[in-house]
Amino acid sequence: MRTVAVGVKLSLVDQTKIVTAASELARNTLVYGGGGEVEVTRVHNDRRAGIRIVFADQGPGIVDLDLALTDGYTTGGGLGLGLSGARRLVDEFDIDTEPGKGTTITIVKWCR
Amino acid sequence: MPLSPDEARRFAVLLESHAEQLTARWTELVTRSLRNRLSSAELQRQTSDLQRGFQQAFSGGATDLGDGPADELRAQLSELSNSRARQGFNATETAVSIYAFKDALLEVLGDQSDAATLRDYVAISGFVDRAALFTFDSYVRIRESLIADQTEQLLELSTPVVKLWEGVVAVPLVGTLDSARAQVVMERLLQTLVDTSSPYAIIDITGVPAVDTQVAQHILKTVVAARLMGADCIISGIRPQIAQTIVALGIEFGDIATKASLADALRHVISRTKQSGR
Amino acid sequence: MERVPVLKIGDILLVSIQIDMEDQVALQLQEDLAERIVATGVHGVIIDISALDIVDSFVGRTLAAIASVSRVLDAETVVVGMRPAVAITLVELGLSLPGIRTALNVELGIAMLGSRETVDVLGDEGETDPAVLTRE
Repeated sequence: MRTVAVGVKLSLVDQTKIVTAASELARNTLVYGGGGEVEVTRVHNDRRAGIRIVFADQGPGIVDLDLALTDGYTTGGGLGLGLSGARRLVDEFDIDTEPGKGTTITIVKWCR
Repeated sequence: MPLSPDEARRFAVLLESHAEQLTARWTELVTRSLRNRLSSAELQRQTSDLQRGFQQAFSGGATDLGDGPADELRAQLSELSNSRARQGFNATETAVSIYAFKDALLEVLGDQSDAATLRDYVAISGFVDRAALFTFDSYVRIRESLIADQTEQLLELSTPVVKLWEGVVAVPLVGTLDSARAQVVMERLLQTLVDTSSPYAIIDITGVPAVDTQVAQHILKTVVAARLMGADCIISGIRPQIAQTIVALGIEFGDIATKASLADALRHVISRTKQSGR
Repeated sequence: MERVPVLKIGDILLVSIQIDMEDQVALQLQEDLAERIVATGVHGVIIDISALDIVDSFVGRTLAAIASVSRVLDAETVVVGMRPAVAITLVELGLSLPGIRTALNVELGIAMLGSRETVDVLGDEGETDPAVLTRE
């Protein structure tokens, strides 16, 4: 993941942000989703390169998304900063969840 | 629409047999459109190179500008855009240099009342149009990268972080602070704290005409980040209008130390250093 | 599993984290430190994280827990050497590590702990150095 981040020429701070966000989300996938899949890809739009990471699990899903994205809210005894904090660390944050079906989170960080 | 292989062959012959006439006319037209800002000897060289480029593309069997045999021609066109962009010509002037080729071609095609000739002209001018568009495109790309380079240079130039005293560094911010610049300044400030192992930083904003919410956020985040690293930030030189904006925007500076001037800030820091014996 | 070594220097325990802080490593360190503080009776702990290029909320939380546990055991914890990129990321993440004292490097961290020492020697027990308070 770090290699891809370096490959698309993300600045050191941006590398740190995306890897930290990934660490938060991977922990969520593990703790709440009961494990799942992570996919890292390089992406391009017409002017910039970036890195996209997708976390997918078949866990219980998130019932109240707004609440889950609130700073300090947690059901797992953490600090409640995983989702909300990760969202602040990336440029694009997309979450697709359904109770009982699992959760897929896609994050993108673009080169500045 | 791409050319037929037959057309490409015929155009190659046409360009070769009228090479001199075409180049002369083309050079004349370009010289006029650029209003003598480039010497005609230089333009003569450029147009004859390009004319040869077109000819070789056609004789190599290129039916479209994207084809393999046209590689060389595309490289020449990019090169042209590159030099025009760096010499300060605008996009129209650059593209017109290629469009002028059509006028020159029309003159060598012969009897224009002939339907076949007219079809040929339409076909070849389509090809030249694509070449001109390609030139235009690369012109824009080159200008964009020029601008990006300059912006970066400007950022480098405008963000000095200076050591003011043993254990004290300062960033005198001058000029408008946009979000990108604020970010660069702040990253550099934090790195300097580490490099010089200075536990105090003074951010002087005397030279900043205005502060919006985003910039204030950046400054605040920097102060918090510096604290996490074990350093204290003092903000100095807040002008009356900026103080008003900060309050009006509802930005909380909280317990961050603010001082009227850089001198006050330095005095404050030095007395703190003495107190804690560092 | 790899373990983070804990060194004793005078009245201070020095922990220099040179490996990836996986969850297990972090929890093990928390346990080890508590035991060593009691066993050695030191009054200061310095955790050097200058080699860490990532500090996520779990590691942040562990550091905070270490600081709290140490305080209960009468040892002050200073986290030193946080990289700028890590600090910026933690701010964005919303983690301000309350209750943790920080310094730029090991040397400044030792100086920070040392200033407390002088007060103790002077016999002002129960009172904290005012210079230390300003840095909360």
